[in-house]
Amino acid sequence: MSAPEATAPGRVANGLDEAARLHWREDASEATLRRDGRRWTAWTAWIVTVFCVPGVLLLAIEPLTFPAAAICFAHAWAIPRIQARRGARQVVPIGSERSAGRRVDAARGPERVALGLLGDLVGHAQRDLLAATGLALERGGLGVWLIGEQGAILIRPGGRRVDCWCVRVAEQQQAPQHKAPQQRRGSATPRRRRGSATPREELPAGDRVAHLLLALREDELGFAKVANLGFSGARWRVRQHLPAVSRPALDAARAAVD
Amino acid sequence: MGRLIRLDRTGHTTLAEWRTGDGSGEERAAAAFRAELERGMVASVSYDDGTAEVVRKLPLDAELVVLRRPIAGG
Repeated sequence: MSAPEATAPGRVANGLDEAARLHWREDASEATLRRDGRRWTAWTAWIVTVFCVPGVLLLAIEPLTFPAAAICFAHAWAIPRIQARRGARQVVPIGSERSAGRRVDAARGPERVALGLLGDLVGHAQRDLLAATGLALERGGLGVWLIGEQGAILIRPGGRRVDCWCVRVAEQQQAPQHKAPQQRRGSATPRRRRGSATPREELPAGDRVAHLLLALREDELGFAKVANLGFSGARWRVRQHLPAVSRPALDAARAAVD
Repeated sequence: MGRLIRLDRTGHTTLAEWRTGDGSGEERAAAAFRAELERGMVASVSYDDGTAEVVRKLPLDAELVVLRRPIAGG
C-alpha cells in the first residue's frame, strides 16, 4: 500500500482516538516540548539552588554546622538524580528486571511469537539493536524514540536533551468465562487480582512494545499527548540509570539524531 | 493475500485471511474486524515507509491489519 498523506508534520489524518478523547489536554507540538524542557531545567536549577544556598549560608555563618550543610548539599544532589532515575525506569526494556517477559507466569511461546512480530515491525536495521538492548528505535518528526514496554525515551534534535514518557497499553479485562460446575477449592484456575471481577489479560513483552510502536507510527503528536512526561533533561543523567545492556540503544539514538 | 491479526496474550491471533475478490472471505474478515472494533480494539495498517495509519474500515488491499488495544498515559 502507498503511504497516507500527512496533514501536518507528525500529524496524520486518522489520528489516535486515545488522544482525541483527552480533550482537556493541550495538543503536543515541538513548541510545547521545548517549553516543557525549559520548565524541567528551571525546576532542576531551582531545586539545586534551594538546597545549596542554605548549605553555603550555614557554612559561612558557622563552619561547625557542616553536617547540616552536608544534608542540604545531599538533597541538592539526590533529588535531581531521583527524578532522572524515575524517568529512566519508566521505559522498561524487554528482558529487564521489570519486564513482563520475566514474570513468573510468563509463557515462552507467546513471548517468542510477540518478539517475532515486533522484529518484523521494526525491520532488519533495528532488529539487532532491539535484541541486544530490549528497546525499539524509531525515527520521528520530534526526534528519535526508544520504546520499551511501559514508556518511551525521546532524544531531541541535537542529542543533548532526552524526554522520558510514561505510556502503556490500556488495561483490558478478559471476557468473563463460564464458571465450571462444582469447582473445587485449590483447583488450577487463573489467579485473579484482588478487587477484579475477571482476570487481567496480560500481554507478552514484545506485544507491549508493538502496541506503543504502532501508536507512535500512527500519530506521533497524539502519542506525545497521551503519554505523560516523567522527566526531561540531559542525556547522561538518564543513561546512567538505564540497565547496562540498554545503554547502547541511547547511544545509537543519539547517533541517529544527527 | 490479506491477514487480520489481534495482539493478545498468545502473542497474536490470526482472526481472518482473505484474497482480493474472494467475496465470502472478505465478508468474514470484515465481520471479524467490526466485532473487534466494537470490543474497543484499534486497527492499524503499516506502510512500507515505516508509518502506520489507524483504520476504521477493513482495507481489503492491505497485506496485514493489526488490531491493538488503546494506549494510555502511565
